[in-house]
Amino acid sequence: MPGATAPQADVIQSAIATHGQRPGALLPILHAIQDGLGYIPGDAIAAIAQALNQSRAEVAGVLSFYHHFRTRPPGNAVVQICRAEACQAVGARQLESHARQRLGTDYHATSQEARISLEPVYCLGNCACGPSVRIGDEVYGRVSPAVFDALLEALDSDVVVVQ
Amino acid sequence: MATRIYVPSDTSARSLGADAVATAIEREAMARKIDLELVRNGSRGLFWLEPLLEVETPAGRVAYGPVRAEDVGELFETGLCSGESRHALFQGRPEDIPFLRKQQRLTFSRVGLGDPLSLGNYVELAGFRGLSRALTMAGEDIVRWVTESGLRGRGGAAFPTGIKWQTVLDTPSPQKYVVCNADEGDSGTFADRLVMECDPYLLIEGMIIAGVAVGATQGYIYLRSEYPLALRVMNEAIARAYAAGYLGEGIRGTSYRFDLEVRLGAGAYICGEETALLESLEGKRGMVRVKPPLPAVKGLFGQPTVVNNVLSLAAVPFILDRGPAAYADSGMGRSRGTLPVQLAGNIARGGLVELAFGATLRELLYDFGGGSHSGRPLRAVQVGGPLGAYLPESQWDTPLDYEAFAAMGAMLGHGGIVAFDDTVDLRQQARFAMEFCAVESCGKCTPCRIGSTRGVEVIDQLATAADREANLTLLQELCETMTDGSLCAMGGMTPYPVLSALRHFPEDFTVGGEPCGSREPV
Repeated sequence: MPGATAPQADVIQSAIATHGQRPGALLPILHAIQDGLGYIPGDAIAAIAQALNQSRAEVAGVLSFYHHFRTRPPGNAVVQICRAEACQAVGARQLESHARQRLGTDYHATSQEARISLEPVYCLGNCACGPSVRIGDEVYGRVSPAVFDALLEALDSDVVVVQ
Repeated sequence: MATRIYVPSDTSARSLGADAVATAIEREAMARKIDLELVRNGSRGLFWLEPLLEVETPAGRVAYGPVRAEDVGELFETGLCSGESRHALFQGRPEDIPFLRKQQRLTFSRVGLGDPLSLGNYVELAGFRGLSRALTMAGEDIVRWVTESGLRGRGGAAFPTGIKWQTVLDTPSPQKYVVCNADEGDSGTFADRLVMECDPYLLIEGMIIAGVAVGATQGYIYLRSEYPLALRVMNEAIARAYAAGYLGEGIRGTSYRFDLEVRLGAGAYICGEETALLESLEGKRGMVRVKPPLPAVKGLFGQPTVVNNVLSLAAVPFILDRGPAAYADSGMGRSRGTLPVQLAGNIARGGLVELAFGATLRELLYDFGGGSHSGRPLRAVQVGGPLGAYLPESQWDTPLDYEAFAAMGAMLGHGGIVAFDDTVDLRQQARFAMEFCAVESCGKCTPCRIGSTRGVEVIDQLATAADREANLTLLQELCETMTDGSLCAMGGMTPYPVLSALRHFPEDFTVGGEPCGSREPV
């Protein structure tokens, strides 16, 4: 694949080889690539399209439909803040403003200094214990602005594996 | 004899520090040379007490909660291992906690008792009894039992499950599917997650029974990507169920076959709508299909497909084990059986409450929920997720019943109840409903795709004096168009929260009121 680095191409080819024959293979392939690389590089689109006998437009259309899939590399950690109603009822809006200010970034962007990507999420299923935040695969409950800051500090000392 | 201590391992318990508590217990036991057997059980769904630690004593299990890691030393010091009551976190026998004692747990009877992945535990606690019976019955009879139980789809639409199954059974095809909708996207709901994380074999059993009943040999669980722990637990449970002969070729020595796998969604609320879910499973954009044809006739890959919510499928093993009457005995009117209610948001005692239909919102909010978490008066309740109405106190005596809720322009949906205290700004909530619809609309139909964006704009304009009456009329008309002209519930029901907020909380829409987002809790 032109443009893809060797390890990238390996991840893409192995995702296609592992899942390509399954019925409805496209989402499993995209997940496998994002799990391996943290995002889905543009070069993956042509490779997947060819393997699944679809047009590149079809693959790109699916990729862009789903909020979960990223087309650019995330920062060192991805921090998701739940924006849904149950969390709003216990201060999620205040937490959102605090997080934006503290990280100096808005949603769908990565902070310059700490390289933390901030993303909204609509419900982590932790609705009796909000506000909720997900970092990597861990969910945190009752996240006040002070708890949020403590989580960020813990991130500084211990790099969280990006999902 | 080893001291057996249970520390829950579900997402909510862990989000409140259960893993650190477990580590502290191991460390403390080692330092005290106590022979410890640590069990990571599921959560009982009493989330305000999480992490809720339990210790096995000769007189039964005794609970302590909510426990923080720093409490553990003191707990051991005050007789944790013998279940003594000296510590302030002592809660007594878990079954005696009123929140749990007053429930009727049919579907959730096993949740929180043991290691969710232990097949032995599951079988010991009446697991796979429903399946054993189903394997001796004709498909037609299984479907009839489900119909007679009165079970209606717990995902929100409340369609009779038995009728759906009958349609799939009656539609001839060499390949049929059972698809579990585990895209639990509604805010305020976590019952599906609890089943999958704390009693995964229950869902597997329900799906196998559905497959045997309608003649489907392949099942898919469409799970949302926001539930990483549920994914791990379900995958492991499926692997163990295969190894034990419950899945695959020749289920438990019979000639039935059923294969099952989990497919991960990718963060799209609309994929909770059954036809969008099927598109997504097929590897496409999650675009809503026009019905008919119904998925029961032409579903996944064009084949007859049962699409059921996790809770519907999880109710089936009880029905097959105990008979349809045992389930239908609970409930009111046409709402039979139990509803797993989820108390969420600004509530003192949040968690899972499985009750027969017919209890009122007020009982749930106060008797179970204990009022607000903040200590301030409750003001509004949203029932049924982001497309559910905001209900004022005057409506809190309505019984939980599909028809009673429909009669007041609301819906029970998936049973999520989100409580708000008096700091809530209903204009802001109405605006959010439109904003959410704009973000999550699949874009197939215009009222939903464009209407939601226009809705945000009109609600913003309502904050100003200019053209106020005209804007109110416009908002009403826009909602009417969305209700009548949308293909699915996304656009069709977004007006519920908007219009209920406007109707019941008009004071939040007054001109010169504080702009959206300015109201801070005290």
